[in-house]
Amino acid sequence: MYPFEYLKPADLQSAVKSASASGENKFIAGGMTLLPTLKLRLARPDRLIDLSRITELTGIRVEAKHVEIGAMTRHADVARSADLRRALPALAALAGGIGDPLVRNRGTIGGSIANNDPAADYPSALLALAGIVITNQREIAADDFFTGMFSTALKSSELITRLRFDIPKRAAYAKYPNPASRYAMVGVFVADTATGIRVAVTGAGPCVFRVAPFEAALAKRFTPDALDGLGIPADNLNNDLHGSAEYRASLVSVMAKRAVAAALGG
Amino acid sequence: MKVSLEVNGRRVSADVEERTLLVELLRKNLLLTGTHVGCDTTQCGACVVHVDGRAVKSCTMLAAQADGAQVTTIEGLAPKGGLHPVQAAFRANHALQCGFCTPGMIMTAVELLTHNPNPTEQEIRDGLDGNICRCTGYHNIVKAVAAAAQTMRATG
Repeated sequence: MYPFEYLKPADLQSAVKSASASGENKFIAGGMTLLPTLKLRLARPDRLIDLSRITELTGIRVEAKHVEIGAMTRHADVARSADLRRALPALAALAGGIGDPLVRNRGTIGGSIANNDPAADYPSALLALAGIVITNQREIAADDFFTGMFSTALKSSELITRLRFDIPKRAAYAKYPNPASRYAMVGVFVADTATGIRVAVTGAGPCVFRVAPFEAALAKRFTPDALDGLGIPADNLNNDLHGSAEYRASLVSVMAKRAVAAALGG
Repeated sequence: MKVSLEVNGRRVSADVEERTLLVELLRKNLLLTGTHVGCDTTQCGACVVHVDGRAVKSCTMLAAQADGAQVTTIEGLAPKGGLHPVQAAFRANHALQCGFCTPGMIMTAVELLTHNPNPTEQEIRDGLDGNICRCTGYHNIVKAVAAAAQTMRATG
């Protein structure tokens, strides 16, 4: 790692203020992506702003129609929350499948959403559930939030404070993990929401995306075989040593069917 | 910068660079070399310690992030001269071959058993997902964790 200055502010206001100081500033949440990046010297921030002391950023609140999760809430706590497992079990299950137990003890939902790794799990949930990203400045709809590979609508000193999800009628996430990293080779989150069926795919392309033909077919009939014969083109999908673009395209259909089956309780 | 934390029940302070990893503080400053560095890339789990009761990879946490925390390493798991039930079960079940992964395996297993005192074999395997044994001695490691669970349930 290159040297950096390290700050651990106690409140949101000081954190945001520190982030507008001159030089390159990085917020650090759980650090499960940022620290490996720094160790490889792929980034050289002047300042790390640790968010772990800001207590208002942590916690899970389940209401009648929606849930709110603080940005600094660890994956392990999302996975184990009894309230969330009742209200939105698909999201708790997704959190319980991220990385490994040690990563889940550090990694946070806000960090994952802000980083927008092409193979991260949470972005698919946020997009499929039409979640809202709440920052220190505004609310951003999921459809407007993810703008490309590792990029989001967040401005440089803007900080995610919490995520809001309306509770869907039914939902499930199915992922085919990379056997070494546990990142999604392909993960598909299917949700039957108040505004219709939404299908979001992670791991397959440079950024999480929705699949309109799947959504249309599932709106007519919410069963796995409604997707028979439907697929997505392999153009622009990830093509690497772990799998070809064609393989990932095939996995998208398979995982989408499995997610629908799981959402139906199968 | 100065960091102060509690390690194995002892209050310690050290002057470290901001970029110092928790595992470096433990091994180099505090000479607690039971915690190993295997891959240094957040994959192998040889460096697992408990920070405020949670098993974490100490190669992927800054010493600065552990400022004010309570840390337990393999050295602090049992009173001096004794063995924690998980350590005893590893010995009894031949769950270590070269032994390099053992400290991390044990620290992860101990946290697993606090959340799930009666895990199935599959739950043990899933729980050890972040720990790699390059001798591939997994079967006896899983057996040892199951045996430790039984002992710990029996003795409360």
